[in-house]
Amino acid sequence: MLRDITLGQYYQTESKLHELDPRTKLVGTFVYLISLFVFTNAYVYIFAASFLLLCVLISHIPPTYMIKGMKPIIFLLVFTMVLNMLVTPGEVILTLWKLTITKEGVKQALYMGARLTLLVMGSNMMTLTTTPTRLTNGLERLMAPLKLIKVPVHEIAMMMSIALRFIPILMDETDRIMKAQLARGADFESGNLIKKAKSLVPVLVPLFISAFRRANDLAMAMEARCYHGGKGRTQMKPLKYRPRDFVAYLILILYLAGIILIGRYL
Amino acid sequence: MGIVDINKVTYEYIRRDEEGNVEGITTAVNGVTLSVKAGEFIAILGHNGSGKSTLAKHINALLVPEEGTVFVDGMDTKDDEKTLSIRQTAGMVFQNPDNQIIGQVVEEDVGFGPENMGVPTKEIWERVEESLRTVGMYEYRKKSPNKLSGGQKQRVSIASVIAMHPKCIVLDEPTAMLDPKGRREVIRAARALNDVENITIILITHYMEEAIYADRIFVMEEGSVVMQGSPESIFSQVERLKSYRLDVPEVTELAWELKKAGVPIKFPILTRKELTEELIRLGRR
Repeated sequence: MLRDITLGQYYQTESKLHELDPRTKLVGTFVYLISLFVFTNAYVYIFAASFLLLCVLISHIPPTYMIKGMKPIIFLLVFTMVLNMLVTPGEVILTLWKLTITKEGVKQALYMGARLTLLVMGSNMMTLTTTPTRLTNGLERLMAPLKLIKVPVHEIAMMMSIALRFIPILMDETDRIMKAQLARGADFESGNLIKKAKSLVPVLVPLFISAFRRANDLAMAMEARCYHGGKGRTQMKPLKYRPRDFVAYLILILYLAGIILIGRYL
Repeated sequence: MGIVDINKVTYEYIRRDEEGNVEGITTAVNGVTLSVKAGEFIAILGHNGSGKSTLAKHINALLVPEEGTVFVDGMDTKDDEKTLSIRQTAGMVFQNPDNQIIGQVVEEDVGFGPENMGVPTKEIWERVEESLRTVGMYEYRKKSPNKLSGGQKQRVSIASVIAMHPKCIVLDEPTAMLDPKGRREVIRAARALNDVENITIILITHYMEEAIYADRIFVMEEGSVVMQGSPESIFSQVERLKSYRLDVPEVTELAWELKKAGVPIKFPILTRKELTEELIRLGRR
């Protein structure tokens, strides 16, 4: 059951966006996120939103899926918008008891809402079209220059990919331990929050012990297969820029130019 | 000189208390001498804690002997510069199938060893395909290891070792956590490697049935090799094996009981087929 969970939120389908090099997508997302913060201007947001819509259409990801991805931040979104509406000083348009809503506040709230929505949807776009493995791979390559200042880039990427491999296994194990403790009369349901948290101790202790044992085994298995860090290592699936990546970069530059033009002159 | 030469090896685990004072010393391997010729199929039998796994780790330079020497294909495991070539020559498959698969996809895991060795990309793909086909897991190459059965996972682990083109493979209780079906799959894969590819196999196990196909068997007890010889000669000493808390294969035990009861049966008998034939022969008389 738990073995079937997908990590991250990769959406399996075939599209031009899925095929892009993960580095292109990482850079693209980064640029997109920054572009949302440079100008506060309704036209800029409309332009950015249409660009995102274009990406969604190309990616073959159902729009409902994109909207579903907004669920976790809906509370944050509403909270920020309401707060912005209430605390921004300016021309009062509505007074309810002690709360006043200003014209500037409404404007600010709408901008904030648009910015947050595009921000989350934009980064979802990347995780939906890229497998965690490729994402890790892309990050490793993009951060490679940091090796010069002694950042263990390869090791970080290796840790990330091992974590991705072991999360489902450890979740399975948690499930098993919980059942075993339930069979011994453990109670995870009743009591207040503190009592509930305390009742998890008999699950966490065996889980940690087993995780360390696994780590030890895995380290040995990796050593036995000649692992000795990133030095002298070749790659089975090396990342390679293809013509479509250059096209994507070109589109990205055009997008950036569009944003700057609109932000400056409209 | 054989592919693996173990000479008077001793290895101790030192237990320490919280302050780091020595609490006790467990001698896991005690003066073991053992030589394996290229192309042999060796089984090492022993009860839990007999030191067989510790010995296995010496062959892969994961452990270095405190006393004595281990040579793998003429390379001393104490020589740090040789460590990588030793690990490439003598691959190792471990007990727990989950804890030795590194890749998130089967083919990536098989590629991990060659990647570490610095094999060019194109050749990695060739090696991955070839080794997955050898163990009959090629059609699962795009699957996540989490979705495979125990026996399949161990076959992937074997493929991962084969992809490094070793001359010798040490299997450290590869079947201990598997069901009977998985056990058969793994042992069949190991035997095929020995027969077809002529890779030296060192199988460490406590299932007697798996040892009957070996060319030679070593029995370990409390860190020492106490018996060695062909499967026939080892399993004919039923009582001695039992004194080491080891069983003989069921078939052998049955034949032994029959013999004790006065039936003029041939002894030892190792396989079911042999036993059936012998019983038919006896029945005809």
